[in-house]
Amino acid sequence: MEEILEILEKNSRATAEEIAVMLGKTTEEVAEAIKKYEAENVIVGYSTLINWEKTHREKVTALIEVKVTPQRGLGFDKIADRIYRYPEVNACYLMSGGFDLTVIIEGKTMKEVALFVSEKLAPLESVLSCATHFVLKKYKDKGTIFEEKPTDRREPIYI
Amino acid sequence: MIMKDMIVDRVKKVPPSGIRKYFDLINEMKDAISLGVGEPDFITPWNIREAGIYSLENGHTQYSSNAGFIELREEIAKYLYRKFSLEYDPVSEILVTVGGSEAIDAALRALVGPGDEVIIPEPSFVAYKGCTGFTGATAVTIPLKQENDFKLTAEELENAITDRTKVVIIPFPNNPTGAIMTKEDLYELVKVLKDRNIVIISDEIYCELTYEGKHTSIASFPEVKEQTVVINGFSKSFAMTGWRLGYACGHKDLINEMKKIHQYCIMCAPTTAQDAAIEALRNSEDDVEMMAKEYNRRRRVMLDGFKKAGYSCFEPKGAFYVFPNIKSSGLSSDEFCERLLTEYKVLVVPGTAFGECGEGYVRACYASSMENIVEAMRRIKAFTDSLGK
Repeated sequence: MEEILEILEKNSRATAEEIAVMLGKTTEEVAEAIKKYEAENVIVGYSTLINWEKTHREKVTALIEVKVTPQRGLGFDKIADRIYRYPEVNACYLMSGGFDLTVIIEGKTMKEVALFVSEKLAPLESVLSCATHFVLKKYKDKGTIFEEKPTDRREPIYI
Repeated sequence: MIMKDMIVDRVKKVPPSGIRKYFDLINEMKDAISLGVGEPDFITPWNIREAGIYSLENGHTQYSSNAGFIELREEIAKYLYRKFSLEYDPVSEILVTVGGSEAIDAALRALVGPGDEVIIPEPSFVAYKGCTGFTGATAVTIPLKQENDFKLTAEELENAITDRTKVVIIPFPNNPTGAIMTKEDLYELVKVLKDRNIVIISDEIYCELTYEGKHTSIASFPEVKEQTVVINGFSKSFAMTGWRLGYACGHKDLINEMKKIHQYCIMCAPTTAQDAAIEALRNSEDDVEMMAKEYNRRRRVMLDGFKKAGYSCFEPKGAFYVFPNIKSSGLSSDEFCERLLTEYKVLVVPGTAFGECGEGYVRACYASSMENIVEAMRRIKAFTDSLGK
């Protein structure tokens, strides 16, 4: 039934009925499986991929490399929890290598993001340093190339 | 001089494409959905394209040996063994060609001429009959039946064999029906063909697109291995149609003669494509699987659509075609396709394009986006309802 997840990951609007046809199952089977995935938090949510650059809305994304001091007995989880609870934080990953956490922030303006870093993130006790990188252009996100609309270029051929 | 009179009869006799007129029509239409073209809608996976780019960057622009890069032939040998337990010697038993089509042509030219008969199950890919015609040999067709799931039965084959039969073409998974032959089905044919002086041309170009069970090659039966030439290629499995790359594997004496034909009219297959194909065989298993999975979903959606529109449709288990029976519409295949295209803007191909026995059927290709398929099936249902049958 994991194929259901593959389909929904690509198109969260696919209905249970449509998925059932694709997989040769009954609508009930698929609906039930989806419900179960939702209950178990395997399906955590449904979202839409939007290219905000094409709208009038101002939006700024920044990737912040954060170095922290891990806490005794809690490792990085406690400080990560403090950070990802801010609604401005879009994503938060624990990293291997030169720094500890990747924090992705979305804000309306650069100033808003900078203020968040200087007033909320950097002053946290365990945070040692922050390096903020602003995203200038999104070429591809979640496996989708933004500026490329698939076109059918196949020519008529007799086969 | 009247040029028409200069053309040799056996070429003149081969009919031109029966679906050209639909393509001309659709070219002038807006919002038409084509389910007519038999090629993947996927673009070649990126790692394969990149290998082609590297090949050019490295100046790999000269001829390869006539039979193709030995590195590629070795990868083909490994692939066929890994996938279908077929064993071929890359040095003497594999020939890299310009698409599977060239391999079919070279095999037929090496094997038959005037007076010989070639058995061709129909409906099937038009080139078998055309290429047979060009050699001057006679095509003997077997009309396959929907009640047999469009499989070739031992009885049908036996009845078609005469003392002039020299070649039989086994085209499964099949274009246009989507029929496959299981190991058990093939064994029945093996019993008929073994120990006979008949060469089997097994066209397995759609082998990776088998949706239930695994594809079996008739060459995997030791009883007929020597008398079989396997045709395969990269177009369908790896979405590489435009690269034009295929291959033939078989007895070294046959491959050697085919190589002669290939050497004189082609020299060698394009080397950029050959380099890309090496990458395809080494590192594209996941992409092949992903594409097959996606086709399988579309297959079910399209089959469901034709059934909901009220047509009897056998379940195709291979290739990327659905071949519904449209007799209940009261229209001929040709009328059905013309009206569906002009009135509801969906192009499907009349079954008759693949042999006379295709009357009453149409071929719809599901190598198209899911949105296109869903919309096309909605229009087909509306068209059918408008006929009031």
